[in-house]
Amino acid sequence: MNLTLKVWRQEGPATKGDLVTYEMTDVSPDMSFLEMLDVLNERLVTEGEDPIAFDSDCREGICGMCGLMISGEAHGPERTTTCQLHMRTFTDGEVITVEPWRASAFPIIKDLVVDRGSFDRIIESGGYISVNTGAAPDAHATPVPKQNADRAFMAAECIGCGACVAACPNASGMLFLGAKITHLGELPQGQAERSARVVSMVDQHDEEGFGGCTNIGECSHACPKGIPLDVISQLNADLRNAAGSNR
Amino acid sequence: MTDTLSEFFTEGEPIADTKAPKVPIDKMWTQRQFDAGLVQPTNRSKSSVIVVGTGLAGGAAAATLGEAGYHVKSFCYQDSPRRAHSIAAQGGINAAKNYKEDGDSTYRLFYDTEKGGDYRSRETNTYRLAEVSANIIDQCVAQGVPFAREYGGLLDNRSFGGVQVSRTFYARGQTGQQLLIGAYQALERQIAAGTVDEYTRHEMLELIIEDGRARGIVARDLVTGELETHVADAVVLASGGYGNVFYLSTNAMGSNVTASWRAHRKGAYMANPCYTQIHPTCIPVAGDYQSKLTLMSESLRNDGRIWVPKRAEHCDKDPREIAEEDRDYYLERKYPSFGNLVPRDIASRQAKVVCDEGRGVGPKVGDFRRGVYLDFASAIERLGEDAIRNKYGNLFDMYMRITGEDPYKVPMRIYPAVHYVMGGLWVDYDLQSSIPGLFVAGEANFSDHGANRLGASALMQGLADGYFVLPNTIRDYLSKGPYPQVDENSPAVAEVKAAVADRTEKLLSINGERTVDSFHKELGHIMWEYCGMERNEEGLLKAIDLIRSLREEFWRNVNVPGSADTLNQSLEKAGRVADFLELGELMCIDALHRSESCGCHFRSESQTEDGEALRDDEDFAYVAAWEFQPDEAGLPGKPVLHKEDLTFEAIELKQRSYK
Ligand SMILES: Cc1cc2nc3c(=O)[nH]c(=O)nc-3n(C[C@H](O)[C@H](O)[C@H](O)COP(=O)(O)OP(=O)(O)OC[C@H]3O[C@@H](n4cnc5c(N)ncnc54)[C@H](O)[C@@H]3O)c2cc1C
Ligand code: SF4
Ligand code: FES
Repeated sequence: MNLTLKVWRQEGPATKGDLVTYEMTDVSPDMSFLEMLDVLNERLVTEGEDPIAFDSDCREGICGMCGLMISGEAHGPERTTTCQLHMRTFTDGEVITVEPWRASAFPIIKDLVVDRGSFDRIIESGGYISVNTGAAPDAHATPVPKQNADRAFMAAECIGCGACVAACPNASGMLFLGAKITHLGELPQGQAERSARVVSMVDQHDEEGFGGCTNIGECSHACPKGIPLDVISQLNADLRNAAGSNR
Repeated sequence: MTDTLSEFFTEGEPIADTKAPKVPIDKMWTQRQFDAGLVQPTNRSKSSVIVVGTGLAGGAAAATLGEAGYHVKSFCYQDSPRRAHSIAAQGGINAAKNYKEDGDSTYRLFYDTEKGGDYRSRETNTYRLAEVSANIIDQCVAQGVPFAREYGGLLDNRSFGGVQVSRTFYARGQTGQQLLIGAYQALERQIAAGTVDEYTRHEMLELIIEDGRARGIVARDLVTGELETHVADAVVLASGGYGNVFYLSTNAMGSNVTASWRAHRKGAYMANPCYTQIHPTCIPVAGDYQSKLTLMSESLRNDGRIWVPKRAEHCDKDPREIAEEDRDYYLERKYPSFGNLVPRDIASRQAKVVCDEGRGVGPKVGDFRRGVYLDFASAIERLGEDAIRNKYGNLFDMYMRITGEDPYKVPMRIYPAVHYVMGGLWVDYDLQSSIPGLFVAGEANFSDHGANRLGASALMQGLADGYFVLPNTIRDYLSKGPYPQVDENSPAVAEVKAAVADRTEKLLSINGERTVDSFHKELGHIMWEYCGMERNEEGLLKAIDLIRSLREEFWRNVNVPGSADTLNQSLEKAGRVADFLELGELMCIDALHRSESCGCHFRSESQTEDGEALRDDEDFAYVAAWEFQPDEAGLPGKPVLHKEDLTFEAIELKQRSYK
């Protein structure tokens, strides 16, 4: 198939960027979106141009490294990661715009590459269970009811891609945050730090410049792992409880 | 043959591990931990360690060393430690917990691992791996890793290829992700505590050695392009495997050999580099634009049945229309007691055999169809579609997304692909390389898996090394300090940094006509064709020739656009491919000299009458540890082979049989 791509090109954080048009011919429907960009990059290099910078690593939908706004949608029209989006989703002759995630908490580094270090700093502020290596009790000492284990797993599936933020009109990171709160909050091991965790993670979230959640729901809609909106309700409930318990 | 061989390498002094204490194997690790020196708590923050890699091995090591109070610097090339390639592991992690009371034990896990590796791993290290495996599960559960559970709230298990007990812990098809998130969170906790400094989007490009000891690294900040020197008392490489030398593999795009290869060039021995694991259940190649292959977890072999048509003329038929009696369930036929659960090397090779016979399925690649069916029809009939969806849902979805076919209705097509490397930098019992102060962990070292890795044991090794082994053995090394301060501005350090800058400059200035990827693809093709699932002398000799001329062309004709002082992904790739071009040759030389078949290393000259791998313990029961030898131009010359004899005291050396 033949496609017209309009790709965001920006040399660096300080320079101005704009959309550049590239015509693509003979795109195979079996290619992934990133393989299509690889083919374009091979052509650009051969023609002496700078290839388009974009992030990817596993190309299996699990590392969370890839992430593009494709025709205005985070990771494109299907609910998946960009690396698992295949060209069979598009139609011959389509015009596709390709842009980086847009959020002030995710500054642009170059072309389609952004800095998501703010997510790491949110986890650093309390998204863990404080246990040192070597002193853990036998794993069977604490049974975990299957429903809780399953819900914890569901929330733990978040790959930290940032699509929720990119899709949200407020650029809020609440789905990402709620997923971690829910994951650890469903497990007996996570209870001791439950209140302190939610307070410090929300503080960090706000400090990084993410917006507030106004229940629009675009985040969950865009999430390639199908993290449901109720993790945000869980987050809010934990936050209320924490305020009540004075930590 | 011996004459031919001497053209390619020379033989040096034998080597041996001297760190494993001389006590019975089940007391060894306890003894070693006791013998290892102590560092007083108040002195720990004065000792520093660099950890390259944030996968299971590196992430766990950095977090644990941080907890202990040492000062740690942690490096990865991705934008976050959470994205290390360990995240992609699907199937599960082994541990000798015997929660199923099905006869498992430390010894049995050790035994299975030795046998699975065709007796080419070091017994003492492998035993320790089995010994600490149970602690890993405890540790991860305490961190909140959501393993699969039964209704009673206890942990669930499943079984994996090559074993007959259920000892694999899993988190649906995302075990690696969940384990890595656990290690990552422990790491972030230490970053918050100030014991670990994190350097993301940083690539190690050179090792700094002073007074014969590893003392630091030169890394490039991938965003600004700046070259930085970092010094410490010890360096840990946990930089993963080099399967990407094949271009098409199940590895992440950035997986590379650079950290290990740079250390190898500085004196660290590279052991058994030719042992490459080919995984039997990957989605077959669809076209030449393809950038990677996708693995389908081997756990699928628990319920899926593998077959091809009995007759070649049926190969392009709809599989559902091929009658039962016209199907060849070849693994069940040839290996009745293990059936579809034979180890990976056997499953892979047999798939190749039936495809070579012209009975493969799916699209033609060249003259052959390269695919076999993995069929769930009878499992769906027996257990119901819901049960199958519960067990493998996300894998089925992934398959459907990639191929556009529905595996609930049509059998999946699978074919082997490069997946894991058992070779890596040589280490002793302490995981120290042949350079003092340089430790190597996880897939980057060679020690535990022999010539073939059993399923669910790499995750186990990564975490065993990171959480339990390294923190104890590095402690011993650090306790022998303090080591003199290294001056970051000393001429020796400056020289290393200048060498990196020169190399970068050289890559950017060639301005040739071919892209980096085109070289990488060509190298991968050579490696797969001649040093892949099956090797022979003629092919390997040819490959060495081809690689040498490809390398020569690379340095004359590669085109790396852009500059060094910005994010430049072409430059990153070029540096990695340059190292792969040197590694590829060593892999072929290693494969050439080992004229036996063992595990994943199948030399067609060495097979039994019915086509099974024929091992030669008389001549080859050793680890091949290679020392780098530069020629006058600094390019790879004739490497020196150091043999480490493998001695088996706790286990009897046996012919492997899965019949
Ligand atoms: C698709 C797939 C599925 C798998 N499934 C299983 C399974 O079910 N069970 C199992 O036991 N094993 C499995 N494995 C194998 C297992 O995942 C790996 O062997 C293991 O995770 C490797 O861990 P590691 O910590 O050694 O390295 P990795 O996780 O690969 O980490 C390497 C780290 O090194 C860093 N790095 C590399 N080079 C540099 C450099 N030059 N400078 C700076 N940083 C660098 C990277 O950024 C990264 O952080 C699977 C592997 C694959 C590919
Ligand atoms: S919640 Fe979903 S969209 Fe947001 S980072 Fe996690 S996986 Fe990505
Ligand atoms: S590249 Fe890893 S999720 Fe897309």
